[in-house]
Amino acid sequence: MKSVGLYNKLFSVLHKSFALLLVFAFSISTYAQDVDEARQKAGKKLFKSQCASCHKLDKKLVGPALGGVEERRENAWLKSWIKNNAEFQKVNTEAAQAAQYSATAMTAFPQLTDVQIDDILYYTTVGEIKKVVDSGDVTVGGQVLQKSGAPEWLIYLLAAAIVVAFLMISSLLKQVSELKGGSKPGVESNLRRDLQELWIGAKNNTFLKVLSTIFLLLIGAYVTFGTLFKVGVDQGYQPIQPIAFSHKIHAGENKVDCQYCHSSAKHSKHSGIPSLNVCMNCHKAIAEVAETTEIQWNGQTYGKQQLDLEIDKLYEAVGWDKDELVYTGEEKPVKWIRIHNLPDFAYYNHAQHVTVAGIACQKCHGPVEEMDEMYQYSPLTMGWCINCHRETNVDLKGNEYYEKIHEQLADKYGVDKVTISQLGGLECGKCHY
Amino acid sequence: MASNKKYWKSVEELQGSSVVETLAKNEFVENIPTDDFLGDKETLENSSTSRRDFLKYVGFTTAAASLAACEGPVVKSIPYVVKPDDIIAGVADWYATSIADGFDYANVLVKTREGRPIQIMPNKEANGSTSARVQASVLSLYDETLRLKEPTKGGKAITWASADKEIGDALLKLKEAEKPVILLTGTLASPSTSKVISDFITAYPNIRHVVYDAISESAAVDAFKAMYGKRILPNYKLENAKAIVSFGADFLGDFHGGFEKAYVAGRKPETGAMSFHVQVESNMSLTGANADKRVVAKPSDVVFALLNLYKEITGNGVSSKATPIDGEIKKLAKVLKKAGSKGVVMTGINDVNAQLISLAINQALNSDILDTQNTLNIRQGNFEEVQGVITDMKSGKIGGLLTYNIDPAYTLPNATEFIEALGKVSLKVGLSTENNATVDAMDYALPTSHFLESWGDTNFSEGNYGLMQPTIQPLFQTKQVQDVLLKWSGSTTSYYDFLKNYWTTEVLNAASWNKALHNGYYSANVTSNTSDYVSEVVISDVANQLKKSISSSGMELNLYIKTGLGDGRQANNPWLQEFPDPITRTSWDNYLTMSIADAKVLGFSNPVKDNGAINGDYAKVKVNGAEVVVPVMIQPGQAKGSVGLSLGFGKTFGLKEEMKVGVNAYPFYKDGNNIQYNVSIEKVSGTHKFACTQVQKTIAGRHDILKVASLKEFKTVDPKDHHHGWNKPAYVSYDHQEVEANTIDLWDEHNREVGHHFNLSIDLTSCTGCGACVVACHAENNVPVVGKNEVRVGRDMHWLRIDRYYSSTVETREEAKELGLSRGATYEALETEAENPEVTFQPMMCQHCNHAPCETVCPVAATTHGRQGQNQMTYNRCVGTRYCANNCPYRVRRFNWFEYANNNEFDFNMNNEYGKMVLNPDVVVRGRGVMEKCSMCIQMTQATILKAKKEGRKVNKDEFSTACSSACTTGSLVFGDVNNKEDKVAALAVDKRAYNVLDYLQTKPNVIYQVKVRNTNEA
Repeated sequence: MKSVGLYNKLFSVLHKSFALLLVFAFSISTYAQDVDEARQKAGKKLFKSQCASCHKLDKKLVGPALGGVEERRENAWLKSWIKNNAEFQKVNTEAAQAAQYSATAMTAFPQLTDVQIDDILYYTTVGEIKKVVDSGDVTVGGQVLQKSGAPEWLIYLLAAAIVVAFLMISSLLKQVSELKGGSKPGVESNLRRDLQELWIGAKNNTFLKVLSTIFLLLIGAYVTFGTLFKVGVDQGYQPIQPIAFSHKIHAGENKVDCQYCHSSAKHSKHSGIPSLNVCMNCHKAIAEVAETTEIQWNGQTYGKQQLDLEIDKLYEAVGWDKDELVYTGEEKPVKWIRIHNLPDFAYYNHAQHVTVAGIACQKCHGPVEEMDEMYQYSPLTMGWCINCHRETNVDLKGNEYYEKIHEQLADKYGVDKVTISQLGGLECGKCHY
Repeated sequence: MASNKKYWKSVEELQGSSVVETLAKNEFVENIPTDDFLGDKETLENSSTSRRDFLKYVGFTTAAASLAACEGPVVKSIPYVVKPDDIIAGVADWYATSIADGFDYANVLVKTREGRPIQIMPNKEANGSTSARVQASVLSLYDETLRLKEPTKGGKAITWASADKEIGDALLKLKEAEKPVILLTGTLASPSTSKVISDFITAYPNIRHVVYDAISESAAVDAFKAMYGKRILPNYKLENAKAIVSFGADFLGDFHGGFEKAYVAGRKPETGAMSFHVQVESNMSLTGANADKRVVAKPSDVVFALLNLYKEITGNGVSSKATPIDGEIKKLAKVLKKAGSKGVVMTGINDVNAQLISLAINQALNSDILDTQNTLNIRQGNFEEVQGVITDMKSGKIGGLLTYNIDPAYTLPNATEFIEALGKVSLKVGLSTENNATVDAMDYALPTSHFLESWGDTNFSEGNYGLMQPTIQPLFQTKQVQDVLLKWSGSTTSYYDFLKNYWTTEVLNAASWNKALHNGYYSANVTSNTSDYVSEVVISDVANQLKKSISSSGMELNLYIKTGLGDGRQANNPWLQEFPDPITRTSWDNYLTMSIADAKVLGFSNPVKDNGAINGDYAKVKVNGAEVVVPVMIQPGQAKGSVGLSLGFGKTFGLKEEMKVGVNAYPFYKDGNNIQYNVSIEKVSGTHKFACTQVQKTIAGRHDILKVASLKEFKTVDPKDHHHGWNKPAYVSYDHQEVEANTIDLWDEHNREVGHHFNLSIDLTSCTGCGACVVACHAENNVPVVGKNEVRVGRDMHWLRIDRYYSSTVETREEAKELGLSRGATYEALETEAENPEVTFQPMMCQHCNHAPCETVCPVAATTHGRQGQNQMTYNRCVGTRYCANNCPYRVRRFNWFEYANNNEFDFNMNNEYGKMVLNPDVVVRGRGVMEKCSMCIQMTQATILKAKKEGRKVNKDEFSTACSSACTTGSLVFGDVNNKEDKVAALAVDKRAYNVLDYLQTKPNVIYQVKVRNTNEA
C-alpha cells in the first residue's frame, strides 16, 4: 500500500503531460454563453452569502430550487417576498400559499437593495458560466495546472535526452570500433580486450581485493542499517479510505479551519476524527460538488459524478434522506483507516502542541490543504520528535504557568530563550509511561 | 525507644528461621530454574528435537517474525455519528454518584473515559470514603462471567415484556387469594426506593418487605431500639473522643460506617490531642492493629470483661465472671471515667445483651461520642424475621418470594433449609445484578443494573442525602429494580421521573436538583427526631441473660470479615482476590487463624519454603453440627483458646475456576452471631499452599525502616537527640569521625529548585492499612493480576504494597536483662510480645530516590531520573536484565515474568473484552520481560500541568495528586510539589516527624514518611 503513493504521482505526471500536449494542440478560447459577467459575478456572490444555506439553483434544499425562478414568478412579486415575506403574506394570497412550502419560515432580507436582488435573480437565470480556458493558468477538465509544474516534466525530458545521448554514443563507439579493428567477427573490439586485461590485473591485486571487499561490506552495512531503520516507519502511508474525502477541497479551496472539524485537538491528546454530525453542519446544504471539481483519488481522477456519490456515502452513514431532507435514524458509522499510528508506549498530546505551543498543524502533518488523499507526511520517529524538541524555543510569553520557570531557567542556562529540552522535554518519562 | 525494637514480619522470622534470612538476601525469592531445563541430561538425550532442528526453528521463527514486522496492521478509527456534547475523546469526565450495593455504602466520584467508567474515588466534599472493595467495584461492572445478561425463566431466555406480564398476573392471583408475598432485599438506605416499595405494597397489600443483611448487625439495631426506641445503628463522633474502648468492634476494618476519617481526625499528634484507643479482642483485626493498646482475650472473656467494665464504671453489681484481663479492665475504667463524656465504648459482639451493656456504659459515661441523633441507615437487616420467613415458607404459608441483590442460598447458615423451603413457594422471582445460587433456584431470573448504570438516591445517615446517576449505558439487557417495581405496581412513570419528583417534593426543600446531582449529595438540617433514652431496660436482667448465653468449653470461634472480600458479593473480582489481607498479607484465601500457643499444642505449623511461600496444615473444624476442613494460619496476637475464620470465601456458583478459593464459613454463622462456642478442632492430613507475600520482599537491614514514638516522647524528647531521639538521623563513619549520613555523598547534587519537584508524604500515624490505595493503584496504572500460584512464588505485581510489621520491645534475654526483668518476667515478656505484638503498617512503593541505585546499574538507561523528582521507567527501552531490581534496597520493582494481557493462562480482566474496558487508556499495558514500578502517577502530574498550561495559569495549591493520595480517606498520603511552598507537602517534607526509609544509604528518596506516634502512655 505504501508504494502506491509514489506510483500515483508518477501516473498523474504522465497523465498531465499528455493532457497538456492536447491542450496546446487544440487551444480554443470561448465562453459557453453570452452573459454579463460582472452582473453574474455580483449576483453569485450575494447568492452564496445570503441564500445558499437554504437554496440551490437546481435542487430543493430547505427552500425550493431557484434556477429560473423569474420564469415562474414576477420580478416585483419576488422582490416583495424577499424583502419581507411575512408582511407580504398578509396582503398576497399567492404568497401565503407559497409559505406552505416548508414549515421553516424564510428570513426577511430588508437590507437588500433592488439592484442587489436583480443581480441575484440574474444569477439564478444565467447560472454558472462554463469557462474552458483561462488566461493565466491552463485549465484541463477543471484541473488547474500551475506553471510551477513545468520542471517536473523537464526532468522527464532530460532523462529522455540522456537515453538518446547514450544510444548515440553507443552506436558511435560501435562505428569507431568497426573502423579501427576491421570487420572480422572472430576478433572482438579492443575495448573488450582491454576490459578483460583490466579484470585479470585486478584479480591478482590483493590490495584492490581487500579494498573492494571492505567497500562492499560497508555498502552492505549501510544498506542493511538503512533498511532496518525503516521498519515500522510509515512515512508516506496512504491507505485507501472508505470515503474519498479530499482535504484539498475542504481545507485548501474552501479554507475550512483544521480545528473546525478536528476540534478536540485543542482540548485533548487526540485530534479526533470529526463525528458525522459535524460534516452535516455544511453538507446538509451541500449535496453535490461544483461542476468542475476533480480530485486525484487512489490513482484515478474523480469528477463530479463520482464525488457526488461519495457525498451520498456520507448521507447513508449519517442516515440522511437527501430527497426528503430528514434524518432516517439509520446510522452506519464510517470505518476510517487510521494513518498516524503511534505505538502504545509513546504518549503524544495534541493539546500541548496546538493550544499551549501554538504550532500549526502543517508542521507535522505537512501541506494537508494540498492533499486530495491524506498521507503520513512526517516519519513520526523518536529522532524526529527529539530533534524538534532540541531546536524549538518555547514561547513562554503570555502564559502565567511558564513565568517563574522561565525566569529560573534563563538564569540557570544564561540564555534568554529556552528550548523544550532545557525544560525537560527530552526526559524518557515525559512520553513513555 | 524506637531503635530498641525488633520489627518482624512473621513468626518464622522472629524465631530466627534461616530460610527467612536467606530470603532477605536474595534478589528474587525464587531461583531461576535453569537446572530444570538444562540439568536433566536424560530428557535432553531422549528429546526428538535435535540441535539442528532447534536451529531450524529459530531460523524460521526469526525470519517469519521479521517478515510479519514489515507490514504494519491496519488500524481502524470509528468516530461517533453524533458526538455527545460532553464527551471529548481523550479527556476524562467525572461524575458524582453513590454506591449502595447492600454491603458497601459511600459517596463517590467516578472517572469515565469515552463513556466507560474506569475508576472510583471518594467524594471527599460529601465526606465520602472508599475501601478496597468500593475502589474495585468498577471492575465488577464489567464482570461478563457473572453478570446476568437477559431475563430468563427456568434457564430459558424470555423478554422483559413477557416476564413483566407473567409475573404481574401471578402477583394479581396471589393478591386475590390473599397469599402473602415476601420482598426480600438487603439494606437499601434509599428513601425514594422505600417509597417505590411502599407504593408497590399499596398495590399489593399481601406483600411484605423484609430486609436481610448477609453480615448481620441485627443485635446492634435491636439493642438500640430497646434503649432508644428506634431500630437503627448509632453513630460515633470519634473525632472528638479522648478514650475509645472497643470490645471486638472492627470499626476500621468492616467499614460499615466509614469511621476511619473521624478516627484519624481525633489522632493528630501535632495538636497534642490524641485519643487513647484500646481494643479488647480475640482476632487480630485491622482496628486492633491500629490501637494504642491491644488487650487480647478469647471471645467469652471479652464478653465478661465488658460486664466487668460496666461494674467498675457504674458500681452496680451484675453477675459476671473473673477474666485474666480484669487488671486491664480496672485501668480502662479509670481512663474512661477520666475521659468522661469524651469517652466511648463500642462493641462488635453480635448479641443484643452485649450491645445493651455497651450502650449502658456509654449512658453511664454520659458519652457525647455516641451519636444518637445522626444515626446510620446502612444496616437494617432483621435476622430473626428472615428466619421466620423461612419457617413460613416451609409450612407453605408464603405464596411468592421476590429477592433483590441478595444471595441467601450462599450467605444463610441454613442455606439448604432455605433452598428446600423454596420448593413450597409458587412464585419465585430473583432480581439480581449478578448470577448466584439464589437466583439460579428461582423461576425467574431478572437482571438488574449495576449501580454505575443506575439512577438512585441514598440516605446513609440522618440528614445526609446522596444521589446516584448512571455513568454508562447498561451493558446488558438490564433494568433497575425500581423501574421493575413501578411497572408491577401499575405505574407508567419512569424511575428517573419518580426520583426527581420525590427529591423536589420531599428532600430538596427548594434547593436546585441540578446542583445536588452535580455535587452528588445534599445535606439537610436534621429535623430533631430525637432518639431519647428509653430506659426500660433492666441491666441486671440483661447481664444475667448474657452470662447464661455463654456456655464456653473448648475452643471459641470468632467469625470476621476481610477487608478484601467483605461479605463475598464481589468474590469474582480478581483485584480483590489478589489484594493481600492487611494483617496476614495473604491473598486468594481464607484460613483459620490460631494463636502460637494453641498451634504448638495442636501441632500446626506454617513452614516457609525456600521460595518465600508459606505452607499450612489442614484442620477439621466442627461447630453445631457444621464442619469444614480449612488450612491454619498462625496469627500473632490471636487470643489463646480462640480461632478466627473469615466469611465471604468459598463461593462457587458461577465463579471462574481461579476465584473458587477458600472455604465457606457461613454455615457456622448461626443466628447471625459472629461468636460461636464449643468448637472442636482436629488436625487432618494434607498441606495447603498459601499465596502469602508476608516474608517475600523482606528488606535487608531492617532498622531505620520504621520509626515509632510514643506521644510522651513526641512531646518531650528532641527528635534529633543523639541517644533518645525518636527521629535521629543515620550516622556513618567518615575519616574516623561519626558524621551524619547526609553530609557525605557519592554524587553531585542536581538543582532541584527549578520547576516542580514532587514529593509524597506518608503519615504512618494516620495510615490504617485499609488498602484502598492498593486497589486505586491497580485501576489507575493497569497493574496486572497474576493469580494465586504466581503470588505464592513472589511474582505479585502490586506497585504499591502495605507492609505490615509486628514489633516487640523485648527481643532477647540479654535485652530483658538490661531492662532489669526477673527470670520469670523475661519469659513472660518474650512470650507475650509474640502473643500480642504491636502492629505498624507502612505503605511501600518506589521511593523515587534522587540518588537512585537502580538508575546507575541499568545497562540500557531504561530507568532514568526526571527533574521533577520522578524515577522514570521506560518500558520500551527495558531489556529485562533485572539489575535494577537487584540493586533496589526497597524491593519495589516488579518484573513481568509473563504476558499477562490476552493470555489464557492468566484469565483475569485483561483477558476478556469486557474486563479490558476498565483499563486506563493513558497508561500502557506492559508486555513480557520488562520491569515496572510505581511511576508516581506521572500521567496524572502531566495532566495537571497541561491543564494549567492550557488555562495559562500557575498550578493551584495542592492541585497535584496521585491515585493513592486521592484514594486515601484519612489523608495519610499527601502528594504535591515541594517547590510550591503553599502545597501541604512542602511543610510536611521538613516536619520534625519526617524521615526517609533507610536514610543511611543516602538514596535521598522523594517519598517521605512521618514517624508513627502512638498514645501508649495513657495506661
